[in-house]
Amino acid sequence: MIKIGVLGLQGAIREHVQSIESSGAEAIVIKKKEQLEEVDGLVFPGGESTTMRRLIDQYDFFTPLQQFGKQGRPIFGTCAGLILLAKEISGQEQSHLGLMNITVERNGFGRQRDSFEETLRITGVAEDFEAVFIRAPYIAEIGGDVEILARSQGKIVAAREENYLCSAFHPELTGDHRFMQYFIHMVEESKKQLAS
Amino acid sequence: MANVGTDRVKRGMAEMQKGGVIMDVVNAEQAKIAEEAGAVAVMALERVPSDIRAAGGVARMADLTIVEEVMNAVSIPVMAKARIGHIVEARVLESMGVDYIDESEVLTPADEIYHLNKRDYTIPFVCGCRDLGEAARRIGEGASMLRTKGEPGTGNIVEAVRHMREVQAQVRQLVTMSSDEIMTFAKELGAPYEVLIDIKENGRLPVVNFAAGGVATPADAALMMQLGADGVFVGSGIFKSEDPAKFAKAIVEATTHYNDYELIAKVSKGIGTAMKGLEISTIAPEQRMQDRGW
Repeated sequence: MIKIGVLGLQGAIREHVQSIESSGAEAIVIKKKEQLEEVDGLVFPGGESTTMRRLIDQYDFFTPLQQFGKQGRPIFGTCAGLILLAKEISGQEQSHLGLMNITVERNGFGRQRDSFEETLRITGVAEDFEAVFIRAPYIAEIGGDVEILARSQGKIVAAREENYLCSAFHPELTGDHRFMQYFIHMVEESKKQLAS
Repeated sequence: MANVGTDRVKRGMAEMQKGGVIMDVVNAEQAKIAEEAGAVAVMALERVPSDIRAAGGVARMADLTIVEEVMNAVSIPVMAKARIGHIVEARVLESMGVDYIDESEVLTPADEIYHLNKRDYTIPFVCGCRDLGEAARRIGEGASMLRTKGEPGTGNIVEAVRHMREVQAQVRQLVTMSSDEIMTFAKELGAPYEVLIDIKENGRLPVVNFAAGGVATPADAALMMQLGADGVFVGSGIFKSEDPAKFAKAIVEATTHYNDYELIAKVSKGIGTAMKGLEISTIAPEQRMQDRGW
């Protein structure tokens, strides 16, 4: 069975675990870096990116997480997780893990009162996906081989680059598991490739 | 079409705070210390609860220049408190773009009969509770997040423990009840029937429930997490301690790894003295903040 880790430092961890399990894979909450060896793919949940970054540094997760991605194992970042993946963050000198060729605009749609939900078309995932945006970022620029999967109000809100997948919204907050299934499919493909 | 202020958007905001610590701050400098320490949000106040207690008089919504200063200083969400039932304080905070409002018993209530109809607002609310009846009434009014009331500003965890245990025990009781017992249970608790049905069907509260009101040490924070809290509010505990920056960091770590006693031991060393606490029985009944709210 495919094993997917959910970075368990802070945020909407339980919702991702449920989504992974409902999609037929095994979910493991990752609280210590040693656990990364046990999983085929990894989810960075929504939460507060600055908080997660502090905890990543405190528990020496930084390099192991980068290595996880650089080995070609898939990572799916939602909202704060997308910010962790980005190579650049507008208005900040330093980014976090810098794995994906995207420039991200934090709180790009505004504060909480501007948070919204909207039905989106996501390439390869769904024509009618109910997307929940909470103090969400958007992707301001892309580089490398980044493929745009969805837009909202003209802004890029979901994308993929090789083994990295990200969304500015929270697929884990709805009962719709199609985005997670798309990711699990990525993990299955990568597992086959890494084995061969 | 984009829809703002839906239940999913409002409750979801609190879901993102889970496993985190929300800290009371009274200026931009403290807000930055909190953010740096890993707080998931800050509560902008004019005075922390222990100072409100000491000052006496009427406690109102904070000076809005402080709220604005804090909003400009940090990128994490900013919460602020409005008096129970004070429609205009709440609307003013909403218009400023505060991310979350705490309809709080720490302030002097503006209405002794009615709470705010929180469904009317685009931004989410957090409310205090001592038992499932109170929790369900607040959910019924549209609260998107709950917290235990505890006894704010005391640095004494005993009331927060009492309230968390009570809510958890009543949820367990409800979940195991047969359907024909629920209406009477709702009547006994003074709880909306539909909210109880929802809790029974899902096996848990429909919104996040944090601990608040008396958390003073890393061990207190971890204790509340073990009792089932989704996260922790720390009011006076941090900036009334000897070394707030270190103390704040230690509380964040203890909340994340609430089962790791060696780690809690490590982070609890060399962080200075916690705030001076208050024994609950020394507080006159009319000074007990937890009895505010209906």
